[in-house]
Amino acid sequence: MIKNILCAGAVFMAFAGYAQSSKGKSGTFALTNATIETVTNGAIQNGTVVISEGKITAAGTAVTVPSGAEIIDCTGHVIYPGMIEGGSRLGLTEVNSDARTRDFSEIGEVIPQIQALTAVNPNSVLIPVTRVSGVTTSLALPSGGMFPGTAALINLHGYTPDQMYAGFKGIVLNYPQSGRRGRFDRRTDEEINEAAEKALKNLNETWGKLAEYHKLDSTITASGSNEKLDYYPEMEALLPVYRGEMTLLIEVNASNDIRSAIDWVKDKNLKVIFTGVSEGWRVAKELAEANIPVVTGPVLSVPTREYDRYDRPYANPGLMQKAGVKVAIRNNGAENVRNLPYDAGFAATYGMGREEALKAVTINSAEIFGLEKELGSIEVGKIANLFIADGDVFETKTQVKHVFIAGWQIPMESRHTKLYDEFLERSPGVKK
Amino acid sequence: MKKNILTALLLLISVGLQAQEKGTLLIKNGTVLTITNGIKENSDVLIKDGKIQKIGTGLKAPSGADVIDAKGMYVMPGIIDAHSHIALSAINEATSPVTAEVSTGDAVNPLDIAIYRALAGGVTLSHAMHGSANAIGGQCETIKHRYGTVDPEELKMKGAPRTIKFALGENPTRVHGSGNGILPRTRMGVEEVFRNSFSEANEYMAGWNEYNAKKNQKSFKGVAPKYDLRLETLADILKGNIIIHCHSYRADEIYMLMQVCKDYGIKRLVFQHVNEGFKVAPELAEFGAMASVFSDWWAYKFEVYYSTAYNATILTENNVVTSINSDSRELIRHLYHEAAKTQKYGSLPNDKALSLITINPAKQLGIDDRVGSLEEGKEGDVAIFKNHPLSIYAVPMYTIVDGIVEFDRENDPADMRIYPNPEEQIDVTIAVSDSEYDRCMQDTEFLFNH
Repeated sequence: MIKNILCAGAVFMAFAGYAQSSKGKSGTFALTNATIETVTNGAIQNGTVVISEGKITAAGTAVTVPSGAEIIDCTGHVIYPGMIEGGSRLGLTEVNSDARTRDFSEIGEVIPQIQALTAVNPNSVLIPVTRVSGVTTSLALPSGGMFPGTAALINLHGYTPDQMYAGFKGIVLNYPQSGRRGRFDRRTDEEINEAAEKALKNLNETWGKLAEYHKLDSTITASGSNEKLDYYPEMEALLPVYRGEMTLLIEVNASNDIRSAIDWVKDKNLKVIFTGVSEGWRVAKELAEANIPVVTGPVLSVPTREYDRYDRPYANPGLMQKAGVKVAIRNNGAENVRNLPYDAGFAATYGMGREEALKAVTINSAEIFGLEKELGSIEVGKIANLFIADGDVFETKTQVKHVFIAGWQIPMESRHTKLYDEFLERSPGVKK
Repeated sequence: MKKNILTALLLLISVGLQAQEKGTLLIKNGTVLTITNGIKENSDVLIKDGKIQKIGTGLKAPSGADVIDAKGMYVMPGIIDAHSHIALSAINEATSPVTAEVSTGDAVNPLDIAIYRALAGGVTLSHAMHGSANAIGGQCETIKHRYGTVDPEELKMKGAPRTIKFALGENPTRVHGSGNGILPRTRMGVEEVFRNSFSEANEYMAGWNEYNAKKNQKSFKGVAPKYDLRLETLADILKGNIIIHCHSYRADEIYMLMQVCKDYGIKRLVFQHVNEGFKVAPELAEFGAMASVFSDWWAYKFEVYYSTAYNATILTENNVVTSINSDSRELIRHLYHEAAKTQKYGSLPNDKALSLITINPAKQLGIDDRVGSLEEGKEGDVAIFKNHPLSIYAVPMYTIVDGIVEFDRENDPADMRIYPNPEEQIDVTIAVSDSEYDRCMQDTEFLFNH
């Protein structure tokens, strides 16, 4: 009996391994004869990129291929840095209508200590579907109350959250919303205004407590005393944000709220990123003057107001960028984060231009998350997150041929490709 | 603000009048993607009184006709969305597993800004569907995007075949089984709803047939059967007068409905969503059932977890007439891009990819003799793009319905509302989210709040 169970267990494991994905492959790779879109140093024709021990060790035209390297001939193909998605539920949800698989929204208004990274499921079926499109990295974003938790940047390969962790965490603040939240918001104008005032008051009260906590903590530290503050995980988590040591991701969309948030962060000396920012184009100049970087999207969304021009969401990233705002683009979904290049592509088409839109899903995201030395471009010394495509990354028909994440060659398969292989010519067909 | 309202009122009057006409228009020098008859470089399309009169070169504009110079642009048939809920003020009559008697045609809202935004994506026609709460839902309306009118009747495409919404799987079982404690709670129950309903409709028809055969006989003393709009509608399905458009996801339930239809002699069947259609593509092709799918939506609920974005390609390559639809106020604005995804997922050639949003949805709505391709004699519904419509860099420039320019990128004002609410003090700012999934279930939230 025991033997049977063991045997069944082994079979199950073997099957699960097979059913999920083939293994990634590490080693030394030379990607030759490629057009290299470095992003930071223009395009290199007929170049070679060498990947070794997880890093880009060479990139250019005068590159010697190391002996023993696996050579991938990229003639006619383009090497791009892996795309970085700047805020989604990828990894935190599996089947969104099923509460048992939704791990992005915890109970509580002020719970910044809640860690998105903890709930990232490395074996989510959604992850291979995403990465084979060239999105190598995404920001797992908690949502819900005012401070719903700590977001974490993850690489889309690995077997534990720590293996996936890409080096950036930020605490999320859902900035109080002042407007009507859409056509189904039935509150009266008074109720809306009251709720907004109350929410801002709550935020300021929390911040007041934090200021107090910082003062006590600083005094204790300065005095060299052994005294310990009472266990207060919310304040403990927010302290580095207050001290400007950790990034605060402020989700804010309506123009009035953006103005209010600019005002709120002023004189606080915080490390701040605004996220969402769907009406950023209305206040682009103020955003640029405040020198606040932005992660915006989804670009493929409806205008925020009925009277706005139909293409405002497409144009929004470009309008902000042209005003001088540093812009990264997010997809903000889960199962279709693979569409990030199309969010950027629409932004490119509607004013941002191809070059800036490419930055908005690569180097700008890396810079905004403080990882410009590690990610976001094809440069020697950077982590080998990159992909090889048979054409323009934004063009819908373009095929991604190879993906590398932290130097691992990723199997170019997912549930979607496997079902295609099985069912294009089903056997048996219509007759037994 | 005051100025805005005035402008809007003026707009209301001017577009309102315009929408009642059929236009005469010459589109010159474009690359004409006819869909059914190849590509014609540097050609003209002449629309006269709302109909395509001639496609050729060097055509002359009739006096007084508008002329669009489409040099360097792509001219294609107006895009058709076979699954939408825009321009509707109600979606779901979620009060019974069978509501064949209701029609979305009674809830058409011509003021919906989504109509204009769809036009701005080249979409000239949509199938305004009932929702998916009921196994047999309401009848649907095929509408033309004649934006600017305030008369719901003017949006309706006169003469388009009648259609009705069916639904399988989680939605009807959740609403009625879990929500109300009545059949169907399972996919077994859903089949039972269909078999019961069609059997009743057969009896109903037999009753009427018997009455009609005998009523003129002198000795006849009976009375007419009770008129029942629900059963009348179901009888019209059995007679082939109504096309079924069935919300569906899983292969087994798709297969089930085909068996039911075979048993009741029903032939006009289009599956909607059909995420697992690819698994029974040979059976769909053999039946002659058609499929209207999402380009890449999946995993938002359990019954679409085992999906693939290659669905449209697999169906197409198995000879199933396939379209790509939106089911969304957002997605309807870029169906050309959704069609292009079949080139990423399965490398469909341009003509097949464009058919998914033109002639194929027209076939599914039974209007392919009138729209869906650029052919002489067809209706003057046209979309004009800068850059190829399947390119990410495509920009819809003009959209034309019945020869009337309904969208003009360069010249339209930003605010295209027909009726702004003058009492609106606080701006309505729609939070950006993708919680729009499955608008098929709009109007049913109340069922789950207790």
